[in-house]
Amino acid sequence: MTSEQPLLEVDNLKVDFHTATGIVRAVRGLSFTLGRERLGIVGESGSGKSMTGRAILDLIPHPGVVSADRMRFRGQDLTAMDKGARRKLRGRHISMVMQDPKFSLNPVETVGSQIAEAYRIHRKADPREARERSLAMLEQVQIREPARVYDLYPHEVSGGMGQRVMIAMMLIAEPEVLIADEPTSALDVTVQLQILKILDDLVTERGMGLIFISHDLHLVQSFCDRVIVMYGGKVMETLPAAELADPAARSRRHPYTLGLLECLPDLDHPRAKLATLNRDPAWLA
Amino acid sequence: MTAVTQAPPGKAASPGRLGRWGRALSRELTTVVITMFGLLLVTFFIARVIPIDPVLAVVGDNAKPETYEAARIELGLDKPLWQQFAIYIGKVFTGNLGTSVLTSNPVVEDIKRVFPATLELATLGTMIGVLIGVPLGILAAVNQGRWQDQVARVVGLVGYSVPVFWIGLMALLLFYAKLGWVSGPGRISVVWQDIVTTRTGIIMIDAALEGEWEAFWDAFSHLILPALVLGLLSVAYISRMTRSFMITELQQQYVIAARVKGVSETAVIWRHALRNAAVPLFTVIALSYMHLLEGSVLTETIFAWPGLGRYLTNALLNADMNAVLGGTLVVGVVFIAVNLLTDIIGRLADPRVR
Repeated sequence: MTSEQPLLEVDNLKVDFHTATGIVRAVRGLSFTLGRERLGIVGESGSGKSMTGRAILDLIPHPGVVSADRMRFRGQDLTAMDKGARRKLRGRHISMVMQDPKFSLNPVETVGSQIAEAYRIHRKADPREARERSLAMLEQVQIREPARVYDLYPHEVSGGMGQRVMIAMMLIAEPEVLIADEPTSALDVTVQLQILKILDDLVTERGMGLIFISHDLHLVQSFCDRVIVMYGGKVMETLPAAELADPAARSRRHPYTLGLLECLPDLDHPRAKLATLNRDPAWLA
Repeated sequence: MTAVTQAPPGKAASPGRLGRWGRALSRELTTVVITMFGLLLVTFFIARVIPIDPVLAVVGDNAKPETYEAARIELGLDKPLWQQFAIYIGKVFTGNLGTSVLTSNPVVEDIKRVFPATLELATLGTMIGVLIGVPLGILAAVNQGRWQDQVARVVGLVGYSVPVFWIGLMALLLFYAKLGWVSGPGRISVVWQDIVTTRTGIIMIDAALEGEWEAFWDAFSHLILPALVLGLLSVAYISRMTRSFMITELQQQYVIAARVKGVSETAVIWRHALRNAAVPLFTVIALSYMHLLEGSVLTETIFAWPGLGRYLTNALLNADMNAVLGGTLVVGVVFIAVNLLTDIIGRLADPRVR
């Protein structure tokens, strides 16, 4: 039975920010389940994609408030856990790869020690073992000279290498769920694919569940199994990734999804003018 | 000759860490030499442009012209300016800063006596400022907008705005006169005066070196009150700066990344954020320390502390130019030294500027 149990079950997730000028609803009633699959979340800026990831990790900054009818990780009720228990889940069971390695790595510590730290928090390991595991992990993200890179500082590595370090750091404790929040949008196009390949290999190899947050429809379509389309903090629709590009499935699509697809320039069918997105206030009702 | 220009390939290929450090150090030392030269130039020319005739100061107003002329030659004032400057530099490097008119001691001897008093006061004051100010600033940053932040704000406000002479007098009145918890003005009680031989000039260290623990504690109980008064100003400054640096760091992405890894909040604050905030904080602490090392006239006056601030003020009020310039030179050298030290610490703390 346990093997069929979903990794994550989220029901009616809400994230509200109580500000001086009123309540900002970042996420308004999001529901989904995640198995050992690659789930894409797409949407415009401010659609609540990133906040969804943060809410699962219990990392919504003050004055944000998270509520959900149900939020479970492998059957464990996340809403009933205290801060300490949620922290122990982070990194160890649910982890996140962030956008820009330039800012996401501590500038005054070597990249190796930051990877080793992630290991030592969750495993009782002496420094030597943590170092060995970190070096092995660096090799898994295809860094050629792990021993040399281990002692480099974040400003001494390139963007692509920084993101590999990030992946190594977030996967060293072998979490079951990985949230990748725009993991390649700060990188050069040529490097993006390498990073995605590394990420994909590791996720498949370890049978992890992946939540892939992006605004890039092409990327999500080729990389994910299932896609959630978000707008204004709500789910517009959930669909198999393959259907995004399928002309036959067009009639079944939500108008917002179609709108997003219309906005994309297409090299094979150039248009003089790209469509603008029409947003219907009724979608948020 | 061509052979010389061709460096051995192995050496030129990649300068190791030592090479980089060596270059950084030589650059620092060059700066120090240039700054020192500038300092000497400034003090030398101040002595030339002030409307006090150094000859008259020696021979008196009623001297005959021949006597005046003889004294002028004696003082070397007939020589060209650059030669006078060279002589001045020579004198400074042999430790000759002239004689103080006021105390009739060599200025060097006077400074050897008063500077350690200021040094121990400033050092303890800064230590108090760091030990209280940094945690207070962190507490305020972590609890931004909550009561802890308000308390820190009030402490900062009081430290900044309450005049030192008032708080100094009140502290003396309460802790010395009323409660008798500490000793009064001066550096040490008369009983212990001159019992401990002067080695460093810092009485507490000298006493400890000789094992005179009663003298040690007596000196401490004299020092603690003025140090606390000075420390309050440091606490105010350092805590405000720590707060703002920490708020900046706690908003950085790497802090979120650390939390994602599962790092505890305590470690996020003290290990990740503070380690980064420490880089600019070192400069702030050094600036505050340098400010105290000039000697704080008010505090030294209230607590009858025989330090550099009081010495310089007295010298200035009595037109004792040798003492003033000698003191200025010492303050300048201390500034250069602390700056150099801060640069080195900054390099150690921040791999990006190494």
